[in-house]
Amino acid sequence: MSAPVIEVKGLKKYFPTPRGLLHAVDDVTLKIEKGSTLGVVGESGCGKSTLGRTIIHLLERTDGKIYLNGNDISDLKGKKLKAAREKMQIIFQDPYSSIDPRKTVEATICEPLKVAKKYSRQEIAKISEELMDLVGIDQRLRVSYPHELDGGRRQRVGIARALALNPDFVVCDEPVSALDVSIQAQVLNLLKDLQEKRGLTYLFVTHNLSVVRHISDQICVMYLGQVVELCPTKELFERPLHPYTKALLSAIPSTDIHHPNKPEILEGELTSPINPKPGCRFAARCKYEAAVCAEPQKQEEIAPGHFVRCCRIREIHEK
Amino acid sequence: MEHREERTPFLEVRDLVVEYFTKESVVYAVNGVSLTVDKGQTLGLVGETGAGKTTIAKSILRILPDVGARMVQGEIFLEGQDLTRISEGEMREVRGKKISMIFQDPMTALNPVQTVGAQIEEVVALHTQGTKADFHRRAEEMLEMVGIPKERYGEYPHQFSGGMKQRVVIAIALACNPELLLADEPTTALDVTIQAQVLRLISELKEKLGTSMILITHDMGVVATFCDQVAVVYAGNIVEYGTKEQIFDHRSHPYTIGLFGAIPDMRSDETRLHPIEGLPPDPTNLPEGCAFWPRCKFATERCKQGKIAMALTADGHLCRCCNLEIVSEEGGEAACQHQSLK
Repeated sequence: MSAPVIEVKGLKKYFPTPRGLLHAVDDVTLKIEKGSTLGVVGESGCGKSTLGRTIIHLLERTDGKIYLNGNDISDLKGKKLKAAREKMQIIFQDPYSSIDPRKTVEATICEPLKVAKKYSRQEIAKISEELMDLVGIDQRLRVSYPHELDGGRRQRVGIARALALNPDFVVCDEPVSALDVSIQAQVLNLLKDLQEKRGLTYLFVTHNLSVVRHISDQICVMYLGQVVELCPTKELFERPLHPYTKALLSAIPSTDIHHPNKPEILEGELTSPINPKPGCRFAARCKYEAAVCAEPQKQEEIAPGHFVRCCRIREIHEK
Repeated sequence: MEHREERTPFLEVRDLVVEYFTKESVVYAVNGVSLTVDKGQTLGLVGETGAGKTTIAKSILRILPDVGARMVQGEIFLEGQDLTRISEGEMREVRGKKISMIFQDPMTALNPVQTVGAQIEEVVALHTQGTKADFHRRAEEMLEMVGIPKERYGEYPHQFSGGMKQRVVIAIALACNPELLLADEPTTALDVTIQAQVLRLISELKEKLGTSMILITHDMGVVATFCDQVAVVYAGNIVEYGTKEQIFDHRSHPYTIGLFGAIPDMRSDETRLHPIEGLPPDPTNLPEGCAFWPRCKFATERCKQGKIAMALTADGHLCRCCNLEIVSEEGGEAACQHQSLK
């Protein structure tokens, strides 16, 4: 079997702040196989976007290893980094602010091709035409500016730009959360089609659990910079193990009026990610909190492919 | 005053039309909306961005901008009193006391240079009699009620997290025990676990005080959990109106059917979503006839002209569509297929 497209081992990203180190991503280990989608969920500020951005080297990591197609890319610099970056792209959350308002649709899509310095002008024109067809933007909009487009079309431009250099791996950072539901469905379908056509591998960051369930093969649940649970999508929704995952899933209001969810209300709010204590970060809101939770927690494989970071997980589930 | 036979609903909006205008164009934001809310009931207003949901709420509270907005016609009765005919001074008595509003974004709804306690106290002092100490006590009570320790009375909004700020906004809205609460996407800016806390809080307080509510949202899960009635808004018009059961189990309008199809279902394993093709219409240039026809797969020539009236399909279930028979046959089939996949 070939190496996973992305593999991350013990990845850390700390931001210095006046009050101390902010642990945005803390000891994250995961793998994404070719052609699959890993969904990253969690509440705002838990480090989902930082994780995606650190993997593709938009942010410099603090510690840990990153492998692309089996090659260590953690410390690449200069030309080699540039070559690696071509294989890793990102689609941003807000299609209103992530596209240059003074560039036409065509210029935006062509920009990565020009930066790569590998293509002739004719080739660039041809590729950009293909890309527009691929993501479903009318050719007549070629010379339109972003303000003339609606959110869904703008996001399509963002997608075309990300795919211009034919990447292996794309970080989708909340690509549909700024869009209306009817448009959201169009973009989600497009992302799925593109994945099939081009064999893309996605890291899909979102806080919307029904979207993540729809699009992901595997899901990783983050809480204050750490992965608390990582497993195949179906398993997560059928057999969530970590107390936080359970609370998170129960909090989604059900759209079935005959079977409403009973939300398990978490008391308190997220604690500060600045200089966190070494123990479990969820302990303060967890109903199973015990003395052992103050010890550093390790990510354990509870069942094949099902990772949980909780020292009391076996105890809790024996009850 | 006009005498009516049947009992007066608590809130009744009749044929509301609101336009926004600029030098170049007129935005037809609300085009003849009628709705009622009974005492203690919750009406959900659902629809996409720009459908006119917030404008409806602002019209009820009469807080549309003075410049650029115009309420062209409509009557708004609160317990039989027409709010559109009373003076601004009288309206001020209503605002905050009888009707109050929870705004969408807690980050901008609060005054950043005033302590949260003072902001709650302000509403109380405006609408109740008493001494400064009474107002202070009431504000502290409200903080405790929404689960914020009263020691934080003197803190500023920036010292609170998003969920806490939204609680402060709720405390302000509920400080004078309003009879009608207009909640404009009260949890859209919040995370799901915090959303669950805030929604539980609103529903507990609602039950305790018997408040009626209009809940604006685009989250069908929130509608399913909290609303008694649902109005689906498209391009400034209600296209379907009924009880929650009627809308969720027997949805009839092609737009409502499309809206449900476009949401990833937490329980079905379908790999593809069914988006509504096309885009919402430009509100400065609404299509003739039914506003939804350019996106509707059931559209016929009849849909493209004149005004489409609301048709009664069942007891209290209204639908604005002239091809209901065809839609219910085919839409019903599609719904059945959807069911069998689960």
